[in-house]
Amino acid sequence: MQANNRTFYWIPYVLWIALFVVAPLLLIVYYSFFDLNGNFTFANYQNFFTPVYLTMALSSFWYAFLITFFCLIIAYPAAYFITHSKYKQLLLLLIILPSWVNLLLKAYAFLGIFSTYGAANSLLETVGIGARQILFTDFSFVFVSVYIFIPFMILPIFNALDKLNPALIYASRDLGASFWATFLKVIFPLTSSGVKAGVQAVFIPALSLFMMTRLIAGNRVITLGTAIEQHFLVTQDWGMGATIAVFLILIMIVMMIVTGTRKKGVL
Amino acid sequence: MKKLMQALIAVLLVAFGLLYAVDHLNASSGQTAGNTLTVYNWGDYIDAELIDRFEEETGIKVIYETFDSNEAMMTKIEQGGTTYDVAVPSEYMIEKMREQDLLYPIDHSRLPNLMYIDERFMDLPFDPGNRYSIPYFWGTVGILYNTDKVKSEITAWNDLWKPEFRNDILMIDGAREVIGMGLNSLGYSLNDTNEKHLQEAKAKLDTLTPNIKAIVGDEIRMLMENDEAAIGLVWSGTASELMWKKDNLEYVVPEEGSNLWFDNMVIPKTAKNIEAAYSFINFMLDPEVAAQNTEYVGYSTPNKKALELMPEDIVKDERFYPSADMTARLEVYENLGPEMLAHYNELFLKFKMHRK
Amino acid sequence: MARFWPRAYLIFVFILLYAPIFYLMFYSFNSGGTMSSFEGFTLDWYKELFADTRLLIIVLNTVVIALFSAAVSTIIGVLGALAIIYARKRIYQNALISLNNVLIVSPDVIIGASFLILFTIIGVKLGFASVLLAHIAFSVPIVVIMVLPKLEEMSSTLIDAARDLGASRLDILTKVILPYITPGIFAGFFMALTYSLDDFAVTFFVTGNGFTTLSVEIYSLARRGISLNVNALSTLLFLFTIFLVIGYYFIQKRNEKSAVGVRK
Repeated sequence: MQANNRTFYWIPYVLWIALFVVAPLLLIVYYSFFDLNGNFTFANYQNFFTPVYLTMALSSFWYAFLITFFCLIIAYPAAYFITHSKYKQLLLLLIILPSWVNLLLKAYAFLGIFSTYGAANSLLETVGIGARQILFTDFSFVFVSVYIFIPFMILPIFNALDKLNPALIYASRDLGASFWATFLKVIFPLTSSGVKAGVQAVFIPALSLFMMTRLIAGNRVITLGTAIEQHFLVTQDWGMGATIAVFLILIMIVMMIVTGTRKKGVL
Repeated sequence: MKKLMQALIAVLLVAFGLLYAVDHLNASSGQTAGNTLTVYNWGDYIDAELIDRFEEETGIKVIYETFDSNEAMMTKIEQGGTTYDVAVPSEYMIEKMREQDLLYPIDHSRLPNLMYIDERFMDLPFDPGNRYSIPYFWGTVGILYNTDKVKSEITAWNDLWKPEFRNDILMIDGAREVIGMGLNSLGYSLNDTNEKHLQEAKAKLDTLTPNIKAIVGDEIRMLMENDEAAIGLVWSGTASELMWKKDNLEYVVPEEGSNLWFDNMVIPKTAKNIEAAYSFINFMLDPEVAAQNTEYVGYSTPNKKALELMPEDIVKDERFYPSADMTARLEVYENLGPEMLAHYNELFLKFKMHRK
Repeated sequence: MARFWPRAYLIFVFILLYAPIFYLMFYSFNSGGTMSSFEGFTLDWYKELFADTRLLIIVLNTVVIALFSAAVSTIIGVLGALAIIYARKRIYQNALISLNNVLIVSPDVIIGASFLILFTIIGVKLGFASVLLAHIAFSVPIVVIMVLPKLEEMSSTLIDAARDLGASRLDILTKVILPYITPGIFAGFFMALTYSLDDFAVTFFVTGNGFTTLSVEIYSLARRGISLNVNALSTLLFLFTIFLVIGYYFIQKRNEKSAVGVRK
């Protein structure tokens, strides 16, 4: 009886995993062993370890790191202040709302805002700094990427902060700890699971950003995602695209092992 | 639990309600009628009025779907599961689709309007005898520049290397276009496969990086329109459309030579309504229709008779209907085979990663 | 002072988040026709929008897909989270979580391409069904991620207590577990909705036969530079969702007030 009940509820989920995770995963690994003419080969893997792809991987890591870092810096205080607000549920909804507006449209809006004669430059002029090139720079790329990912960082941190027992903070304050001491010794360690979840949710997708590298960075930034997109859609070299994907998946697994080590429970 | 069930029921009710509304709208706009034709074309590559007219004249309902790259289109057609009756790929892709047996041969006797097509655009190497494809539009690749910002006249690819254009050039994100430009600027063919020549071209392109502001996609239209950069490497259709809107733009086909491209109509093997596909192709070949479409889209038409119906200043414009002398220096992309194409792309990728 | 800085900071973050959206909305009233120079006020784009049945159908399709996929993926996701938390061995747990996260972190292009191959192999016709399946597929893991922490924080004593009191497994699920994790389920549902509304790359691969969603349509419109009736459309959709969200919030507030003392 009990065993039957168990099997019942995990069937849909396991079915989903088999069909939409394991099968595509196998397909990708399978494709990574074939060259353009459909012959079995390891050449794609050899090709990955050439300077072109290694520098690309390195620069992807660098940008993904920057994006995650700035996301965290901005998101943590925001999440913290939201949890302390009277209207926290509403504010949280308002954080998610902008991501319901089509991404491409927002990118076009940024194209307008950051352009040579755009709003940002007029602002800089009136402030007296003077117009400069903002579009197609590292700054605009990181800025827009942070913009895109910030809700995905705020949400898990908010959840962690929200769970935090306020009594712990009061206790720490009562014992004479300063705000910063309380933060560093009590709050941050207790919310590290949320931070880890946020970092996971931002870092890996940031590695594989592709549309923004062209729209906002004018292809001055090339990430692994750009290369995958190109191999799948332009060169039709699915083997090479799949190989890069395999590496991304490996990186993801490593990330999860590094950030996911906890004594009990998951994530 | 009650709250969850209520929410679930509410969501499903709304969803089914909307689904019903969609059905209703579809029915009222006749989308469910039996005789339909699915056209798979580039975005904004036809005058929508003409589709309405075709529907009125023939009673065939047109479903118009768009793609953004030849490769995306090919993937969809190759994978099946779709029912595209007419598609409009570019020349090199037609060759590839032909080789992979994805196209139906076209019976010329069923297209009486085919006689209006200029013979110069028929029987080209990518489709000998036009067995599988019928010309739709053609054009060139060239330089679009802003005469307010560029004081000297630009006539050649090599002009782009002038230091005065620092950080002022936009390029399109296409390996064949950019590498081809590098090859052309050195006097080589843009179908060159000689490794030495290709490396030379890549090295020469690297020296252009200080002048390049960005390598972008279709948004190049918007960027050029907003004066984001002085110079853009563009397709002729983009140029003519922008010059229509702005007086300070000028287009030139560089003297070293450039690319001549074609987009042709084909009937893919996914077609379900071949009868309607023929009527549609024939309709688009009608001189009056072709003329109207050309004025809307802005690319160059292969329809000789349509040219007679169009304003003189368009037809006589050598920038878009180049002289025979110029045409002789233009080359059509050849299908270089997947390995060479991958190599071009890799060179292009390296070029993109070459930082200033 | 102590209240000023947090508030100022949040206002700053919200301005950043909403700046591009207000920018889009502002230009939907531009008679100039582009998103760069504002020439004069007009409502023409809104009129044009309402005359365009095709676009209206696309919007409705997008919403239908989002609602259905979010609902179904929430159900599967909740079951999945339960399966993970009650897996008998740690190693199963970790394996399930890793597999779960694969889709979240895979680039959209790969997901799209592999789904396309998959659908062709199983013979799903491209169109409504394939898009719906794909959206369900990539929304499930995010629901799991949102629900898991709630399940984790739930102490097992609660369940043990219920069991000791003679509750059946089904009772425990519907009367103890589900009410407890309801906030997580709603969060998961909303995230699934977000993913579905926002997705472009995966849909682009798996759609066909005349079926389009808004983001795919916008992408193909973008070839010529986005027409401002798309801005008008986004403005309306955005105002509509704001209205819904705020309405939902106040209804919930009122319910909570009347239910005070019962819950918590």
